[in-house]
Amino acid sequence: MAEDRKPKDAPVAGGTKKAGILNRFDNPWLNWKFLTGAGILGVLFFLIFLGYQLWDTNLALSARAPLNLPPVGFTNWRGQEGVPEHPLGTENSGRDMLAMLIVGTPRTIIVGVIAATVGMLVGILLGFMAGFLGGLFDDVIRLAVDITITIPSLLVLIVIQSVLGRVDLVAMALLISLFTWATPTRYIRAQVLSMRESGYVQMARLSGVPVRDIMFKEIMPNLLPYLAASYIGNMAGAIVTAIGLEVLGFGPQRIPSLGVAIFFSVEAAALVRNMWWWWGFPTVILAIVFIALLLINLGLDEIANPRLRKAN
Amino acid sequence: MGGISLNYLVRRLLVFFLTLWVAATLIFIIPRLAPGDPISAMVARLSYQAGFVENSDQIIEGWKERFGLNDPVYVQYLRYMGGLLQGDLGYAMARFPSTVTELVGRALPWTIGLVGLATAIFFIVGNLCGALLAWYKTPKLVKVLIPMSMVFTSIPPLLAGLLLAYVFGFLIPLFPLNYSYGFGLQPEFTIEFIANVIHHGFLPAMAIVLVTFGYWALGMRGMMVTIEGEDYMILAQAKGLKPFYVLYRYMIRNAILPQMTALAVTIGTLVNGVVLVEVIFNYNGMGTLIFTAIREQDFGLIQGTSFILIMTSALAVLIIDLSYPLIDPRISLEGR
Repeated sequence: MAEDRKPKDAPVAGGTKKAGILNRFDNPWLNWKFLTGAGILGVLFFLIFLGYQLWDTNLALSARAPLNLPPVGFTNWRGQEGVPEHPLGTENSGRDMLAMLIVGTPRTIIVGVIAATVGMLVGILLGFMAGFLGGLFDDVIRLAVDITITIPSLLVLIVIQSVLGRVDLVAMALLISLFTWATPTRYIRAQVLSMRESGYVQMARLSGVPVRDIMFKEIMPNLLPYLAASYIGNMAGAIVTAIGLEVLGFGPQRIPSLGVAIFFSVEAAALVRNMWWWWGFPTVILAIVFIALLLINLGLDEIANPRLRKAN
Repeated sequence: MGGISLNYLVRRLLVFFLTLWVAATLIFIIPRLAPGDPISAMVARLSYQAGFVENSDQIIEGWKERFGLNDPVYVQYLRYMGGLLQGDLGYAMARFPSTVTELVGRALPWTIGLVGLATAIFFIVGNLCGALLAWYKTPKLVKVLIPMSMVFTSIPPLLAGLLLAYVFGFLIPLFPLNYSYGFGLQPEFTIEFIANVIHHGFLPAMAIVLVTFGYWALGMRGMMVTIEGEDYMILAQAKGLKPFYVLYRYMIRNAILPQMTALAVTIGTLVNGVVLVEVIFNYNGMGTLIFTAIREQDFGLIQGTSFILIMTSALAVLIIDLSYPLIDPRISLEGR
């Protein structure tokens, strides 16, 4: 019997192997947008890591370098030339731009990570509860979401921060997360409502699976790519808000993040003094971060939605 | 046109008024959660600057009495709400004789104009680009050019504003970098003045349009791709309808409603961006007003400006939400 089966099974085994290879190339996660975005962020993190190893990050503090030096190969309005000790130039309180970028970039990104994570956790909790419990609870959550989305977050945060004064980055991130929970909540609630009626969830219910398991073992896995896309979108949004607050002057001033660097440059009218390196480098780094996040977001969208994938 | 279901109307109005109430209440509560009170803080600031303020305790008490800060909180709250209802936002402390309402009244029209125009431009351009991206008749060249023009998408308007200000305001000084119209001009309805306003407003509006229209193009394209797979599209083509007619009546008309819904959701983000763009360009709207208020530490002005801007955004969202039946006749049939 066993010998009989072997030759029969063999071609099937070969077939699955072939399909396996095909599947590997057909894998939705092999999405060029997603991979490019992730790659850009990866390279950026690697460079920051290298920077921390190779460059003196204390130069990001004020009065550690000559003032207003241009990058190497350029001259400033006083005719000073850039020096290799400060390859990207310095600003008007004596901070080295390269050190400022190395220190500032991760500080800027971490705000987005904290705010988006808090927002996502709250969103998952409230979204599932609203979708499953329904009734009054659902109504209240929906109202709260609508109101939170309508209010421009920056304005409320300005009011809060003008009372609190300057706060550190973690506190700023937590304040921003007062507004990042609404979009995930709305999204998850809508998905839960539609999935609740789908066959497999009904089946699980009939089989007596506890609600918690239905939520996290049946519904959650289906939502993952969407949640990831929404997380990335939220992260970008939180970073934008943080930069906004920083540019208005609410950022931590001693160790600057990229937004604070731009605030200093705007305060000192760097734009019309032609000190482009001062606001330009932070702007370029931020632009790269945002483009990478957008690519990841679009990629995740296509991963989650085969119809968009087909369109390419 | 007409007939949104009553239920929807009531719910929308409820959200609108609740938003205003929540915003007003937040703005009332937040300063009271912080330790100390605004009068003491101000006197402390004065004494920090001057070294010493004579009889500071009596000054604090006197002002507290005058502003009613010694009353129970609910009395203060009711008085504050009553003031808001009458449009009374109090005085701008740092520019004493002017009231907040006055300053806001001067700044708000400029901001509304800027946001309104920018929104109209990016919404139309974005949706057209998106539709063209997905349309089967679009020339190849256009399909390559549109994505290339979207490189700025996702960058915050603030940063785009910085770049534009540097390139077109400083390196090649084509556009002015401050105020919404030239000095020495009187706001009046002449061609010269309007041209001047457009000249001043062009870069700030562009900063918003450049970074936003790509989103709408992408959203529209997604919607169009879905619609292209529908049966009625095959029927329309089989009937031999003209491609432009199909594009407009069958595709864009069907996809525009979700885009409007999306627009209502992004108004908040948009206002955030405009506030900062105004700061970069020194545009004399609400953003610059808030910025100066922050610098002067004029808390009343910050509160008032924020509240009015929140109210304006909520109103914009309400108007968009109530305009659905005008855009899509199917809406009026539903829910009846």
